[in-house]
Amino acid sequence: MSVPIVYYLILSAFMFIVGVAGVLTRRNAIVVFMSVELMLNSANLTLITFSSFMGNPVGQLFVFFVMTVAAAEAAVGLAIIIALFRNKQTVNIDEINILKW
Amino acid sequence: MSFPRKWESKNKKIPVCTGMTRKSFMINLMYLTVLLPLLGFIINGAFGSKISAIGGSADGRKNEKVIGIIGSGVIGLSFLITVFAFFQTLALPVEQRKTIINLFTWLKVSSLDISFAYQVDQLSLIMALIVTGVGFIIHVYSIGYMHGDKSFWRFFAYMNLFIFAMMNLILADNFVLLFLGWEGVGLCSYLLIGFWYDRKFEKGTTGDAAKKAFVVNRIGDFGFLLGMFLIYLTFNSLNFSDVFTKASSFGVPETTFTFIALFLFIGATGKSAQIPLFVWLPDAMAGPTPVSALIHAATMVTAGVYMVARCSIIFASAPAILTVVAVIGTLTALFAATIGVVQNDIKKVLAYSTISQLGYMFLAMGVGAFSAGIFHVMTHAFFKALLFLGAGSVIHSMHEEQDIQHYGGLRKHMPKTAGTFLIAALAISGIPPLSGFFSKDEILWYSFANGGFLFWLIGALTAFITAFYMFRLYFLTFEGKERFKHDKHPHESPGVMTIPLIILAILSAIGGFIGIPELFSGEHGNIFEGWLEPVFANAERKLMFYGMHTHFEEILLMTISVVGVIASIYFVRYIYLKKPSIANNTAKKFKSIYNLLWNKYFVDEIYDATVINPVVKTSDSFLWKIADNKIIDGLVNGIASLIGSTSGIIRKIQTGVAQSYAVIMMVGIAAALFWIIFSL
Repeated sequence: MSVPIVYYLILSAFMFIVGVAGVLTRRNAIVVFMSVELMLNSANLTLITFSSFMGNPVGQLFVFFVMTVAAAEAAVGLAIIIALFRNKQTVNIDEINILKW
Repeated sequence: MSFPRKWESKNKKIPVCTGMTRKSFMINLMYLTVLLPLLGFIINGAFGSKISAIGGSADGRKNEKVIGIIGSGVIGLSFLITVFAFFQTLALPVEQRKTIINLFTWLKVSSLDISFAYQVDQLSLIMALIVTGVGFIIHVYSIGYMHGDKSFWRFFAYMNLFIFAMMNLILADNFVLLFLGWEGVGLCSYLLIGFWYDRKFEKGTTGDAAKKAFVVNRIGDFGFLLGMFLIYLTFNSLNFSDVFTKASSFGVPETTFTFIALFLFIGATGKSAQIPLFVWLPDAMAGPTPVSALIHAATMVTAGVYMVARCSIIFASAPAILTVVAVIGTLTALFAATIGVVQNDIKKVLAYSTISQLGYMFLAMGVGAFSAGIFHVMTHAFFKALLFLGAGSVIHSMHEEQDIQHYGGLRKHMPKTAGTFLIAALAISGIPPLSGFFSKDEILWYSFANGGFLFWLIGALTAFITAFYMFRLYFLTFEGKERFKHDKHPHESPGVMTIPLIILAILSAIGGFIGIPELFSGEHGNIFEGWLEPVFANAERKLMFYGMHTHFEEILLMTISVVGVIASIYFVRYIYLKKPSIANNTAKKFKSIYNLLWNKYFVDEIYDATVINPVVKTSDSFLWKIADNKIIDGLVNGIASLIGSTSGIIRKIQTGVAQSYAVIMMVGIAAALFWIIFSL
């Protein structure tokens, strides 16, 4: 007896909403960044779910690609945050608002 | 015997051009007469300064000979080709004397088909002979005249470019190519009038004179363009043979012809310096004297006459405009001649004389004597070029002095110049048997026979005045007491200048014999008219003059004009050599008339007051200060500031806080998803 597909999807939707909420509400750039990762992983979970339930391995293969890209993106993102911190002595994104009129 | 026949038949199989035979290959080379001057222009224009600098002289004035030989050589070659082509055409039967050389298609848009094609026929050959022949002589003369000038090479480059444009004008087989030449000669005229751009001329600089010539010419060109558009609209073609065939056969209403002819004639008045657009020609004397001789006397200014002759069928179909042409020509002839009587600048006198003689040519056109007009173009090219070159020789030896009041007695110092000048003066006055007599008398006779007594009267009166001012010029310059300061040492010009004078003097003397009127030559008729007859046949058929005039009348009128001219010469000799006081007393007595003539009827002033000043004033007070500054600038600046202030409000959206952008993005995605899901 297996877990129904709806459970997986509800979990992944919940994870995604948590991610979105984190991105929109938190002020610490690292936390925002982690929330973005959470959104990515919720998408990965959906992919694996459908792959497993439909017996098609392509979805799982895609997850590997997403993880690779996410790792690269994490490296770049963290590097940007470090560079920002060196310039502004802060990672509070409320204070990083120079890109305006 | 079989060999040459084979060769001949082989040759005939290659159809290079229409009507091409081995005997007429030179005619088909006529396009070279256009290209050679262009080559000369490119060589002298692009490499002239380099050629001058070879040899290491600091001011770059070396190698004048190389440049001069290139410049005149290309024209000389063109002349030779033209001469050969002329004789080959002469050998052909009359109906084959028109060759069209099609080089390439220039523009082709639906029914508009313009080719770079040259038409070699009787009329264009005569014009080509004049342009290249007189042009060559003047080029050679310029080697001497322009010696030591800092831009010697530029002068020859411009002169070659002029010949190129002029040859395009006269050889063109359609209106567009003619217009190319028409504008080209205008450009060269501008460049050469302002050749000494750093010199002062009258109240301004030579540049002002050049600009004046260009602008006045543009007014005429506008008329010509309108005429061209109307021709295309009416005949659906701009090709000469198409247009003229349709014009002589189709039932086009006379009003259309009237408008076309009127517009074309406006173009002619601009280029050929007729009332009301003649004001540029006297100022054009700011250019070097060979330029005045070539462009402003012998060739370019006759372009208008040529154009009217070429379009003779159109003018013949518009009798009203033909009368206008005759009237304008007659008035210009008289008007300019009277101004010439009192002028003191040697070149100014000749300039007004040119305007006056061009008036004669238009008189001839107006009374339907097209070949007589072209005949006068030819003889005028000889003697007027000679007069200008003679004047140049005098100016040269008098160190740029141009006032005839400061000349006198120059015959002793420069006998060759004086002798040739005298021949030219006799020729222009119309003393038989010099060339001017035949051409001028031909025109006077036709103006009497076809036009009316009044045309003849004014024409003859102008001839007397012409003799008067020409011999006033001659006597004041070459005869009488020396009135120049003794620091001037007049001397005869070098051979490179006097030989062209002598050649032109011979041509001026005997050039008229090819056009001896029927009256004297008997059954052969007028050779020159016979040669041009096919070109003007359609137009003359349309005009149909049934004048019943006797030879007695012709001889009577001829005698009157010759006697009048001789009397005029003796009169002027008496005034200026025997009793110089008479001239001054007369001038004082009729001070108002003298002032009127001296100030050239105040035409420039009238144009200033009626055209130029209003234009300048409205430009300054309305167009600049209101239309440009207020309306146009206001509109542009207003739109810019409106956009600026609106953007100032809208840009507040850009907070710079990344998360607010993210919220907007999220809302957008959610909305898009909802829309997609609910629309399924």
